[in-house]
Amino acid sequence: MTVETLDRTNPSREQPARQHENQRHLSHRPHLEGLRRQVRLLERGESDEGHGVAPLGAAALDERLPGGGLATTGLHEILPARNEWDDGAASGFALALLGRLTAQREGTILWAARQADLYAPALAGFAVATDRLLLARTESDGGTLWALEEGLRCPDLAAVVGEVGDFDPTAARRLQLAAETIGRPCLLLQRQRLASRRASTASPALTRWRVEAQAGNRRWPESLQRDLVGNPVWRVELLRCRGGRPAVFEVEWDHATSAFALAAELCDSASATFG
Amino acid sequence: MLSLWLPSFAIQRRQRSAKRSEQAKISTSAGQPEYPLALTLRDGPRILLAAVDSAAAQAGAAPGQTLAEARALCPGLHSEAIAPAADRAALDKLTDWCSRYTPWVALDSAGEPGGAAGLWLDITGCAHLFGGEEALATELVARLARFGLTARIGIADTAGAAWACARHTTEAAQPIRSIAPGAQREALTPLSVAALRLPAAEAELLRRFGLSRIGDLLELPPAALEPRVGPVVARRLRQALGALDEPISPKTPVPPHLERLNFGEPIGTPEDIARAVKRLLGKLCAKLEKDQSGGRKFALTAYRVDGSLSRLLVGTARPLRDAAHLKRLFAGKLEALDPGYGLEAMVLAAETLEPLTALQMTLEEGRAQADAKGPTSVKAAARHDLGRLVDRLGGRFGFERVHRLTPRESHLPERCVAPGPALPHRARSPSGRAGPAKVGTRRSLGWPDGPVRPVRLLTRPESIEAIAAWPDAPPAQFRWRRLLHRVARAEGPERLSREWWLPRDEGAADRDYFRVEDEDGRRYWLYREESHWFLQGLFA
Repeated sequence: MTVETLDRTNPSREQPARQHENQRHLSHRPHLEGLRRQVRLLERGESDEGHGVAPLGAAALDERLPGGGLATTGLHEILPARNEWDDGAASGFALALLGRLTAQREGTILWAARQADLYAPALAGFAVATDRLLLARTESDGGTLWALEEGLRCPDLAAVVGEVGDFDPTAARRLQLAAETIGRPCLLLQRQRLASRRASTASPALTRWRVEAQAGNRRWPESLQRDLVGNPVWRVELLRCRGGRPAVFEVEWDHATSAFALAAELCDSASATFG
Repeated sequence: MLSLWLPSFAIQRRQRSAKRSEQAKISTSAGQPEYPLALTLRDGPRILLAAVDSAAAQAGAAPGQTLAEARALCPGLHSEAIAPAADRAALDKLTDWCSRYTPWVALDSAGEPGGAAGLWLDITGCAHLFGGEEALATELVARLARFGLTARIGIADTAGAAWACARHTTEAAQPIRSIAPGAQREALTPLSVAALRLPAAEAELLRRFGLSRIGDLLELPPAALEPRVGPVVARRLRQALGALDEPISPKTPVPPHLERLNFGEPIGTPEDIARAVKRLLGKLCAKLEKDQSGGRKFALTAYRVDGSLSRLLVGTARPLRDAAHLKRLFAGKLEALDPGYGLEAMVLAAETLEPLTALQMTLEEGRAQADAKGPTSVKAAARHDLGRLVDRLGGRFGFERVHRLTPRESHLPERCVAPGPALPHRARSPSGRAGPAKVGTRRSLGWPDGPVRPVRLLTRPESIEAIAAWPDAPPAQFRWRRLLHRVARAEGPERLSREWWLPRDEGAADRDYFRVEDEDGRRYWLYREESHWFLQGLFA
């Protein structure tokens, strides 16, 4: 796996600064990890056992996440960059995360949503087995959140996934606590047709991702481009990350191998976007 | 068998509802005089009286008269059209109410003249709960009187005899008559043949023969009875005497297991109700355990003091007799149970039963056993937990909305996914591992590996305006949800056909699917069906 450091917004300034930051980041990592573990111990009075991480399989993403992967216990939020239009990309990214989070654990996955438009034949491309999925079609967002909390009380589930119209910090806190208590991942996917109220940036979730579709396979020869639709490419923004920093990635998903493909291109560093 | 006869049900129901609406508007009710009331029925051009109240009857009005005739006899007569649907609804409610005495209540389906109505109650084995048949009947009459309903009751061994007894031997002063066991013959002898529930034609025939009393029929030699008077009369007579069984089906099927709790004082607080439910569940589950069965559907019926009742239903994904779990399932719904002025009785019934031989265990027991026995029982305990979750979800959203996705053999995208059972049905096998293994083999039977499919399939394909360069080409641009998308890349066509045996009107046979990417990188699944374009799915 190669990581290309491709910066399209600000090529001249960014390269050396980012490398320097990366090195600093790496050198401090062991201390930081140790401190974080201590804090966790103090906070919850429990050891790290079972609070593992699932590597996403893309070096660019994994090295930005604390512990080298996505935490398998806790709440992760995913929202489309543009409501309605990026539903497909956001759903795809959520499924990709779900496949990674549940790869190591047996059990059913609860998927609670108001709409019943998840299409089963596509799931194989995300390493999510269809027969593990238990669908609950709810009548409202309240019902979805209730179903997720119920699901997080059932030790037989490997993960729970919910689709809601808007993120509610209070509900998210409840889910986060429930997910941590039982030690299971919970994914929350935002879906709604109208522009949301300003989504609050404060969230108790471990991570929050914003996903946008990108025109793909630029490396292909011009003659092929018109007639072949290749792998999907997403621009993924890590908006929030507990114990990590915001970052922006460009990732390509390969349906055939059910993994992030070839190169995950890191396009912007945190400082360029948020600094 | 108890036959309940309400001789003037329609008119009393009307009076009761009128009284209720008057109570609602006190101002007008103060000075209103009592007036004779009649319910009318349209018979072609004539308007006939169907039922009259006591004041009108005293004045000489009677069912069957024309309205004009009755008006002449009784000038102050108010008339109103009879409402069979409302009567029927009220009678249905009354039938439900009567289930407080016995679970077996049937509606007397034979239409009765004069706005009367009748019910059967099978009080076998229930009467002792109320202090005997007579006491039960007395209480029933008293309670109905409080609702403003006149009731007559006949009790006998057979349904026919009870019916005859209620209608032909009771009077206002003595509304309850019961026939001693085995004494139908003596009791029926003096009654008119009409007491046999005969159709009009048969009654007319008997009248012409001069057979007016049941005793006259009994005097005939039994062998000669049927050829002379016809099979209906003979059958009714034998049924009334108990020589022939009379099948009557109750309004609601009698649940195989039920528990009843009568309260000395009406209860109303949520705590009391919860405690009562807990007691009922404990008793019912003990019964189920004895019977080696588990319930799939449980119904809680609460009888309010004002005669109305409310029912709560709880369904479970698999047979169950775990009182603690059932209590949790009910707890979420008890808020919906409005006690009104108080509840005087509660009945809990297991309506659908399935055999449940293995002793169900709680999670702790399951864990303890798992330690002792090994991995098989761990799996059993795990399945059990998933079952609880499905119960909770199904109880709130409905069991049809909690499901899995299973493949169906069809090429049409919207037809190739079918909802499957939420809990994999496990076949009983000696090894006990059949269930999970079966699921494993199902996976290989899934959807064929083929071209990439969208992650979201719209519930209905949405019509789009698309422009293609030439007839078979992918669209160059299309407009979906009022936004113009320019196609940057496209793959296709992929031709998918519906099954040839489906009717033609379910759309054209062939669709040409294209996977397109617009300039922003968003991917859509479009198809063309006879020169119309549709958008059906969103790719990741």
